[in-house]
Amino acid sequence: MAKILVLIFGLLIIGFIVWWFFGKHEVAEVSADVTDDAQSIDVEVNGGYSPETVVLKKGIPATLNFTRKDKSSCLDRVVFSDFGINQELPINETEEIKIDTTKPGEYQWACGMDMFHGKLIIK
Amino acid sequence: MTITKRFWISLILSLPMLANMIMMPFGKMIPGGEWTQFILTTIIMLISARPFWQSGWASFTKHHSNMDTLVAIGTLTAYVYSIYAMATHQAVFFESAAFVTTFVLLGQVFEERMRNNASNAVEKLVDLQAKEAEVMRDGKLVKLPLEEVVEGDIIRVKPGEKVAVDGVITEGTSTIDESMVTGESMPVSKKAGDKVIGSTINSNGTFMFKAEKVGKDTMLSQIVDLVKKAQNSHAPIQNLTDKVSDIFVPVVLILAILTFMVWYVFLDASVANSLIFAVSVVVIACPCALGLATPTALMVGTGRSAKMGILIKNGEVLEAVNEIKAVVFDKTGTITVGKPEVTNIVGDEKAVLSVATGLEQSSEHPLASAIVKKAEAEKISTPKVADFQAIEGKGVQAVIDGKKSFVGNDKLLNDVSISDDLQKQVIKLQEEAKTVVFVGVEDQVIGLIAIQDAPKETSKEAIAALKSRGLRTVMLTGDNQRVAQAIADQVGIDEVIADVLPSEKADHVKALQQNEKVAFVGDGINDAPALTVADVGIAMGSGTDIAIESGGIVLVKNDLRDVDKALALSKKTFNRIRLNLFWAFIYNVLGIPVAAGIFYGLGVILSPELAGLAMAFSSLSVVTSSVLLNKAKISSKVETA
Repeated sequence: MAKILVLIFGLLIIGFIVWWFFGKHEVAEVSADVTDDAQSIDVEVNGGYSPETVVLKKGIPATLNFTRKDKSSCLDRVVFSDFGINQELPINETEEIKIDTTKPGEYQWACGMDMFHGKLIIK
Repeated sequence: MTITKRFWISLILSLPMLANMIMMPFGKMIPGGEWTQFILTTIIMLISARPFWQSGWASFTKHHSNMDTLVAIGTLTAYVYSIYAMATHQAVFFESAAFVTTFVLLGQVFEERMRNNASNAVEKLVDLQAKEAEVMRDGKLVKLPLEEVVEGDIIRVKPGEKVAVDGVITEGTSTIDESMVTGESMPVSKKAGDKVIGSTINSNGTFMFKAEKVGKDTMLSQIVDLVKKAQNSHAPIQNLTDKVSDIFVPVVLILAILTFMVWYVFLDASVANSLIFAVSVVVIACPCALGLATPTALMVGTGRSAKMGILIKNGEVLEAVNEIKAVVFDKTGTITVGKPEVTNIVGDEKAVLSVATGLEQSSEHPLASAIVKKAEAEKISTPKVADFQAIEGKGVQAVIDGKKSFVGNDKLLNDVSISDDLQKQVIKLQEEAKTVVFVGVEDQVIGLIAIQDAPKETSKEAIAALKSRGLRTVMLTGDNQRVAQAIADQVGIDEVIADVLPSEKADHVKALQQNEKVAFVGDGINDAPALTVADVGIAMGSGTDIAIESGGIVLVKNDLRDVDKALALSKKTFNRIRLNLFWAFIYNVLGIPVAAGIFYGLGVILSPELAGLAMAFSSLSVVTSSVLLNKAKISSKVETA
């Protein structure tokens, strides 16, 4: 009896894992605050990036303020491979990252180990 | 708290449990028994392991998972089960939770150090910059910080000082050590009119130079920029790991649950044993090794090549180099020195030179400047020229002293007449690798000018090295077939494509690409399209900005032998990436089944502690293998300059 319960319970957890990690979940898209000649947005780094998708206006100099709250060494660097940026993120400090917004498009950013990803949309 | 501190705390508190484990077979236990273990492990969990839980939980709420998720679940399962077992008087395994934490942290401490090692090559380059410069302002020399130097400033450099920015020497001579920028180890002597590069070191003379490029435009800044982009670029081979990393952790969790169910439900193992197998599966899986395999090798490989004066632009180039079967060279300035000189004049020397220099006076063609230079040396005055006209791809014509005169290549011969004697001379000269220019008046060739652009001293060696790598070498040139073949024979080129118009270079590269992957080596403005079209474009450093922009690999030193070195380095780096990925995959593919107890029947099992140790060392070994790329021998036949 106990074994059957374990079997059912185990399968339920597997079902949950599949739904939780592989199911479709909405990702918030956040646009930067734009003033006349600058735009900026705060990105919190804690078990991933929030927001995970950042929208920037083309042609206006942009700053992304990354603050790492997560102690995991997985997230201690943020890499924008298209921009040649590889910035160390000391814990609980805000690091400004300047983005060149002259070319519109979709760009990826990732943690130093390429496990967590974020998306940058310039339009 | 830093990772290092968390590691030490967890190590020290784990030691008594280690002692306990060793004493166990002798029937002894540490004082306090299970209670001591419980207390020590609780402290480790709260101080050293808690950040794993926090990170794991934070990513869980975002529908993500990472290796912290695995470590958190592994240690927490072992810990919580042990408390339950203690309450119900069964065997506990607190030490598993403690040891796994310790080993994982140990791995991270080393890994952090190694990763910093891998990435700081560029920062060192930036440090090379001079901090201040002696600048002429209002007729006086004043010391100014580097940021205040502007274009057009006249700057003095004394012996032993660093050149502040890029510019041209206005007075004085010296020798300059340019190794930090170009990788060239021999000091280079410079005089007025020569270019100097910022951040290089002046050795013995004092000179003044005019600043031409400052701040972000200096060569060093551009190199740093390029290397940074290269180091953080994405290699196509990573697309695979990107896909794997998205599903890796959840899949491992599912495997762990299946492991538990199979052991407990179908194989009648006890709860404790089934749980140990499941925890081992969670703990041994290492997504980090996969994620680190490519970026760390890319970083070290491109950083090392930059130090040698070889700039590899990105991971894509690195990968493309592996499939190259043929290398196509531009002739002028790449294989040859690029400074043609007049060697023979056939016919009435004065008359021939006079007509030729009149027609070529305003041309910027390298052959034209060779003729003008010769005329100046012979003190021949330039005649008056009227009705100047270019004949596309053939030469130029104009009216001199009321007579139609022309200068051009052998494509002109269809329109004009030439004596048999001269015709024989032409062939003789061309077979000596000399380009022949025809000079004529009123549709009759009156004389010949032979111009030679000698191959660089190093070209032969460079091409031999490429051939020994099994690559086919091809030369593209606008020159006549016979001249081109003569040069090709001198340096050992396999195939010659001659009579190519500048605008056709890219088309010829495309045609070659039909059969095989092709690298193109060139330097001039008209090489840019070919550099872009080729699978790998290699731009020589003496080239123009446009050429450097279009190349996938830039050779700062302008030494053809670096082509072979660049290929060797790219291959080495790419092979290291492949090796890293192979081990990272194999490790997980073999490690997980072993941890799940598949080989239990053979007596092979992995305790969670060993699984944790294996995991820590797998990502560490990947990073170490990348850092060792710095020391790896580069097998190139050419001598290291």
